[in-house]
Amino acid sequence: MSVNTSTVPGNAHTSLDDRDVVFIDGVRTPFGKAGEKGIYHGTRADDLAVKAVRGLLRRNPEIPAEKIDEIAMAATTQTGDQGLTIGRTVGLLSGIPKSVPGFAIDRMCAGAMTAVTSLAGGIAFGSYDVAIAGGVEHMGNHPMGEGADPNPRFLSEKIVDPQALNMGNTAENLHDRFPEITKERADSYAVASQNKLARAYENNQIQPDLVAVAAQRPGEGWAVNTVDEPPRPGTSLESLAELRTPFRAHGRVTAGNAAGLNDGATAAMLASGAAVRELGLTPKMRMVSFAFAGVEPDVMGYGPVPATEKALSKAGLSITDIGLFEINEAFAVQVLSFLDFYNIAQDDERVNRYGGAIAVGHPLASSGVRLMTQLARQFEEDHTVRYGITTMCIGLGMGGTVIWENPNHAEFGAKA
Amino acid sequence: MTQDFSAVAELMHDETITHSFTKDVALPSGKTLVLLTLDNGLDHKKPTTLGPNGLLELHAALEKQAARAKAGEIHGLAITGKPYFLIAGADLSAVTRLSAPEQATAMATLGHRAYALLADLGVPTFAFTNGLALGGGLEIALACTYRTVSTAAGALGLPEAFLGLIPGWAGVYRLPRLIGPENALQVMVENPLNNNRTLSGPAAYKLGVADALFEPADFIESSVAFADGVLSGDIEVKRENSVDPSDPEVARRWLQAADKAEQFVDAKLSGAAPAPYKVLEVFRQGLKLTQKESAELEIQALTELMATNQFKNTVYAFLELVQKRGKRPAGAPNAKLARPVTKVGVVGAGLMASQLALLFVRKLNVPVIITDLDQSRIDKGLAYIHGEIDKLHGKGRMSQDAVNRAKALVSGSVTKEVFADADFVIEAVFEELNVKKQVFAEVEAVVSPECILATNTSSLSVTEMGRDLLHPERLVGFHFFNPVAVMPLLEIAATQWTNETTVATAFALGKNLRKTTVRTKDATAFVVNRVLLRLMSEVQAAFDEGTDAQTADTALTPMGLPMTPFTLLAMVGLPVAQHVNESLNASFGDRFAVSENLGKLVDAKITSLWAKDGNGQPMLDPAAQALLSFGGKPSTKDEILTRVQNALAEEIGLLLSEGVVAEAADVDLCMITGAGWPMHLGGITPYLDQVGASERVNGKKFNS
Repeated sequence: MSVNTSTVPGNAHTSLDDRDVVFIDGVRTPFGKAGEKGIYHGTRADDLAVKAVRGLLRRNPEIPAEKIDEIAMAATTQTGDQGLTIGRTVGLLSGIPKSVPGFAIDRMCAGAMTAVTSLAGGIAFGSYDVAIAGGVEHMGNHPMGEGADPNPRFLSEKIVDPQALNMGNTAENLHDRFPEITKERADSYAVASQNKLARAYENNQIQPDLVAVAAQRPGEGWAVNTVDEPPRPGTSLESLAELRTPFRAHGRVTAGNAAGLNDGATAAMLASGAAVRELGLTPKMRMVSFAFAGVEPDVMGYGPVPATEKALSKAGLSITDIGLFEINEAFAVQVLSFLDFYNIAQDDERVNRYGGAIAVGHPLASSGVRLMTQLARQFEEDHTVRYGITTMCIGLGMGGTVIWENPNHAEFGAKA
Repeated sequence: MTQDFSAVAELMHDETITHSFTKDVALPSGKTLVLLTLDNGLDHKKPTTLGPNGLLELHAALEKQAARAKAGEIHGLAITGKPYFLIAGADLSAVTRLSAPEQATAMATLGHRAYALLADLGVPTFAFTNGLALGGGLEIALACTYRTVSTAAGALGLPEAFLGLIPGWAGVYRLPRLIGPENALQVMVENPLNNNRTLSGPAAYKLGVADALFEPADFIESSVAFADGVLSGDIEVKRENSVDPSDPEVARRWLQAADKAEQFVDAKLSGAAPAPYKVLEVFRQGLKLTQKESAELEIQALTELMATNQFKNTVYAFLELVQKRGKRPAGAPNAKLARPVTKVGVVGAGLMASQLALLFVRKLNVPVIITDLDQSRIDKGLAYIHGEIDKLHGKGRMSQDAVNRAKALVSGSVTKEVFADADFVIEAVFEELNVKKQVFAEVEAVVSPECILATNTSSLSVTEMGRDLLHPERLVGFHFFNPVAVMPLLEIAATQWTNETTVATAFALGKNLRKTTVRTKDATAFVVNRVLLRLMSEVQAAFDEGTDAQTADTALTPMGLPMTPFTLLAMVGLPVAQHVNESLNASFGDRFAVSENLGKLVDAKITSLWAKDGNGQPMLDPAAQALLSFGGKPSTKDEILTRVQNALAEEIGLLLSEGVVAEAADVDLCMITGAGWPMHLGGITPYLDQVGASERVNGKKFNS
């Protein structure tokens, strides 16, 4: 564990209310490419989640497993190796005492984020003191939309344009709505994402929060995976320009300016202010507010805008108070529409410092906790930042945003 | 490799090859670990084993890594297996094909060549013992510099002595140095001869077989981190049980442990099988040898042992009987014909009936009702069953909930009305035909026409019991062995009337009771008791003719049977043995002579020929001696042994020609699982073939 105790602010323990919600730690498996060539072909989704949860427990030995009040684990497709109430199965398979309950959560891409906010609600209410939130998606084992049976009323009553069930189409729709977001801007954003991730790897900013995963592909020996498989460092604008636009002829959305199809799992430890004091924990972030909001399903990528507006309003903050952004990169266009709304430059250094899902991958329900883990590390690195947000768009037209406060900031705990 | 192994590899051209896959692992410290996975590409039902081709592949993979180690490209190598297995051992089917001594030598040498690379690769080596590691599988781990083991690793051990070999891929050399001579002999000698007992992962770790113990959920990841720690010097491995044989005190312990183990082997085998003695011989010599010198001895010992009948018989017993025929019984009808058994009735509340009731309730979890003539017998039977359940609870083998469930399922009644909705009713009452016929008549008056009726008779005619039944097609012999909970065999005897649904249900029930089932015809005493009693009546006859008791009772020592004839007689009970013998005599005549001497002992209620003298040594019971009369024709031990061999060959030959069971293999399976006869005899018929009895008596061998 890389926490330097000398950087822990002296007022973190005293300034927290008992029912404050704090982020103690987060980890994830390296992400893999979905499909037969991927590192996790032949590996079970629940086993990935178990590796993440056990890695989290190992890193936080001061938290006795029996103290955990709840395990919320998200998965978008809740069948097969992601079925059977995966929060419960992962707890049992991780060797956590049987007295610790668990449940499964689904809000598509925002599964893990919703796991965090649900448990946060429970902590704030006094029902939990220590809880694990996470997510897993093995998109190789569970292709997107697998087994879905959309209600015919979506179509007959024009509730949801059937096209909107395909996320790539919604990204093209977003380009239509914001013509100023060109393919060139999207590609340029994507190249930057790859470069930023490569730099973060060079600076060892990614590796410390990865849990090694041993996996055996059919017909091969065991491999131990310690780095992400999806990144394509050195991606150039020229190479991106040549990619197909699979969702629309002469469209703008390509495999290069969107997140891929991936396998992976994340897990985070949340705690109450009371538990921080009781167990002597070191919070990495304090939750300030969260909000989810809906938009038209056919432009689902716009969801982070109303969600962030709502979360800022609940926190009594303005966008100018936010010093760091971790926004999920389902599609470049969706990030750009958010940045344009807030007049933030697409190369603003507050945004996705370690790159984003376009480079690292997006195993749907797991990604929310990845954003938080990365924001937590950036808080440790940059004590000048007081507030940061994690935000993401969600299928069927939603967005989710969580605002966090940096315990390392000088004014931490001084109520706004 | 200098030596050419192509002949032995070609011999196993159809081997299920365990491949050696390698991947580089970048360790957090910056070092490179090669992870070698042993995998045959099949699921967990097909364990990985090592045949010559797999060993050649492993050797080639290790040579490649040795070159990389020399070039400084790698810092360590770890070997692990597919899920649930490191390696289940050498490929026994390959070993059985090694007909010539030079082939056996080649196979033994090949293992040493591959394992020697693990011991001396130029960089430290690690075994990540993720699962089962037996024989050559554990020896792979022992060859490595360090070992980790999973808490879920099912079975670790060196069962070679059980199979008729020695742990001759350096296990016999390395294990005592690693965990101490006493512990090593427990693993290499005592455990194999105690029903082939194995070690769990935690037990192996405790003995010092492994340096670290990790949970299965991220066993490989934890093991890799351990390897990194060791390679970086952050983790120091301590081995409290390891010894240096050059220390005179260790040498003393070494030889003392070998002597103690030899006493144990003598008590078990009396010299009847060579392998455990060979283990001790190589172990003793290994004390002063280098590993390479010991390897030569080991290869020589393996070559010798692979040529022994005891080894061939054991492999036959293990592969053909226990693993195959025991799981797919000859003559069992299609399992789909079987009817469900949701309630069981047991007529009788004596010891046998109570044991049956206990077994039924534990394995089937259905209501079981015992009946008897009066409430006090029932209460006694129920008290026994409850007591046994409590004992299992005390040993941690049944939870409180399971105890509650089992006790609630067992009840007793003085009337048979309670059997009305039973699917299966078995009688275990007094061995008297008329009593049993009356019982079945009463039961038949209550139960449905389909309810299966079973008898646990050991020597009465099932056919006669069925003769007056309204529905004789549902009657079947269902013969257990004492103690019911321990002995695996269940003889299922069909009469001329028994229909296939009944037989199928009996087999399905036997399977659910976790028994080894063998189909027999309804012939007196079926298989096991007929063979055992023939043996005992020959020994009894020799005794009655004037052979002294000691000579008569130890004449069969070279066979290595689990107990002497007179000890067996006392265990079965003299009256029971006499009763069965009378039935056999009635059916088969003087081959089963009824001993007057035995009759006198039974009448005098003497329970054993043997008593203890003042020094605790066995002596003929003086009370028995006074009753007995002897002829004037004493036999030597050799004469008795030959006489018994011939008698067994004759009896089994007759039994087979009568069609009591399908094949000689069924007799062998019966004797192993019903009488505990040793695998090194192959049950019995391979032994009879090998000593010439089959040809002497029947003019041909049982097995081609």
